[in-house]
Amino acid sequence: MNKIYKIEVDCANCAAKMEAAANKIEGIKKASVNFMALKMNVEFEEGSEVKKVMAEVLKACRKIEPDCEIFF
Amino acid sequence: MNRKQKKWLARIIISAIMFVIVNLIPAEGVLKFCIYLIPYFSIGYDILRKAFLGIIHGQLLDENFLMAIATVGAYAIAATRTGDYNEAVAVMLFYQIGEFFQSYAVGKSRKNISQLMDIRPDYANIEACGKLEKVDPDEIPVDTVITVLPGEKIPIDGIIVEGSSSLDTVALTGESVPKSVVAGEEVVSGCINMTGLLKIRTTKEFGESTVSKILDMVENASSRKSRSEAFISKFARVYTPIVCASALILAVIPPLFRMFFLNLSPDFGEWIYRALTFLVISCPCALVISIPLGFFAGIGGASNAGILIKGSNFFEVLAKADTVVFDKTGTLTKGVFEVSEITAENCSDEELLEIAAYAESSSTHPIAKSLLTAYGAEIDRERVKNIREFGGSGVIAEVDGKKVVVGNSKLMAAENIGFSEIKSIGTVAYIAVDGEYYGCIIISDKEKSTSKKAITALKNAGISKTVMLTGDRKAVADSVAKFLGVDEVHSELLPDGKVEIVENLLKDRKGSLIFVGDGINDAPVLSRADAGIAMGAMGSDAAIESADVVLMDDDPMKVAKAVNISRKVMRIIYQNIVFAIGVKILCLILGAFGYANMWLAIFADVGVMVLAVLNAIRCLFVKKI
Repeated sequence: MNKIYKIEVDCANCAAKMEAAANKIEGIKKASVNFMALKMNVEFEEGSEVKKVMAEVLKACRKIEPDCEIFF
Repeated sequence: MNRKQKKWLARIIISAIMFVIVNLIPAEGVLKFCIYLIPYFSIGYDILRKAFLGIIHGQLLDENFLMAIATVGAYAIAATRTGDYNEAVAVMLFYQIGEFFQSYAVGKSRKNISQLMDIRPDYANIEACGKLEKVDPDEIPVDTVITVLPGEKIPIDGIIVEGSSSLDTVALTGESVPKSVVAGEEVVSGCINMTGLLKIRTTKEFGESTVSKILDMVENASSRKSRSEAFISKFARVYTPIVCASALILAVIPPLFRMFFLNLSPDFGEWIYRALTFLVISCPCALVISIPLGFFAGIGGASNAGILIKGSNFFEVLAKADTVVFDKTGTLTKGVFEVSEITAENCSDEELLEIAAYAESSSTHPIAKSLLTAYGAEIDRERVKNIREFGGSGVIAEVDGKKVVVGNSKLMAAENIGFSEIKSIGTVAYIAVDGEYYGCIIISDKEKSTSKKAITALKNAGISKTVMLTGDRKAVADSVAKFLGVDEVHSELLPDGKVEIVENLLKDRKGSLIFVGDGINDAPVLSRADAGIAMGAMGSDAAIESADVVLMDDDPMKVAKAVNISRKVMRIIYQNIVFAIGVKILCLILGAFGYANMWLAIFADVGVMVLAVLNAIRCLFVKKI
């Protein structure tokens, strides 16, 4: 399953770090962040709970970049 | 500017004013220490907070950390030695100005690009109870009749059932000449209806329509990252730790060396200052921001010119291209048969065409169609009788009471008509009236008007080899190739033959190999080449799916343009990499030897970033190449 989320982040480096953090979360097959379009493209593992996984992703991203936001 | 940026700017201005004011207050000692903290915190509190949170979360060594440690250090040095707090505050102030500028520039180019790609329709009109109702295009099922008023965008692909108009396709193709359409024609979403009211029966859902596919492609383009981008993110990962370690060494080793080996005073303050300067210089923002920005601007600029590039890696491939392989039919030629030559013997050319068109008037054969198109006028059915069609050889019919034979040499021979056989490329239709030879009409697939120019343009762009592949006969292929100036031709090929030839070409290429096709039955070759360019995205899903670069219309000139755009983008990217790294290294060396103070350091950081961002934005302007 593939979903695209709008995100808010200030710098390209932070976006790259968010991508790395998101990819470590369980339930995510592949996440890629497009800094210029401010979008996060997430491919979920089969049968994972989208809301729960995304909450985890946000938590992990906040740790590396306190100001970031993911709209899900 | 958004609200966040406005607040940010206000904060920078207020802090700058406070900074000037505290400079005017004649304070000394502890009081001075305290009043300089006011502008310092007002400009830098968020950086300090982020740096603190970073340390807690184990995210050491990011740029917030660098700035925090450098300014706190500078402040401490000022308190203990020099008493000049200006540097610490100024570094923070300029850093914020730089960050603000970067955020502004990125926001601005984001907006520019989204304006370029402003083809997303917001609604569709459905007629209900005699009134037009605006509906979300996502909710419209296939086979619904929608109404498009003049000035509105066509929201969904479909067929016109009523009305005629001219369409503005500039946002899709970059082509500024309007296209006129009438009932029965297919239209693609994203065009703007300019003159008349159109009623369109939808043939696709919104999500499957051209406009959605294009937007999807552009928005997801940068998820395929180029080598330069991958290099930068790797670079940033190892760079910061190395710089921090070097700064630490710079702060500790030389003083100890002086103390133990040279018997001098250790001068810790001076060396710590140098280490801090070193840290400020080292911030890698210029690279990390300008590279993705450059690619994004390039993708935006190219799509505005009607060239969709699916990922920033393809800029690299296109820029390095040295072999371009074309499919013939539909790519270099129009793919439609047209009357190219009329040789009449016993009547005028117009009369010959008229006779032939009438004889062929009820045939559905492609040759009949091209004769009718060339004739152009309405057919008066009363004038034709007794039409007999001979599959594969021609037609015999009675036109105005005379027996007309239109067909190939076999049919002429069978009818015992004396004629002179013509050796020509294309298909020849001989015409005889009442047993007498009247002349012939040659029908062939015409080269596109820009094909020759495109091949020349590619040569000028430094492409060393152009190749044409076709399933067509050798004679036809050779003559087209000679006319266009293509270096190498392979004719009479089956689809897998094309793959084989491309594979052979791939073996002895020096740069990269581009394949250009119209997306119809050449998907395997498109994916085999280093970069596959498909023409005519308007309507062909296969093309959008299988190609790496999609041209919105079918003008071969765009291939040369795509190569030139890629070269420009890559040039700008390399300029930024060399410039940013070069200035940094120079300043780092100066800093280590004590020739650079914090003011120079902040220029090396913020100044370079501003210049790199401005340079990257140039990638947007590619219309004229």
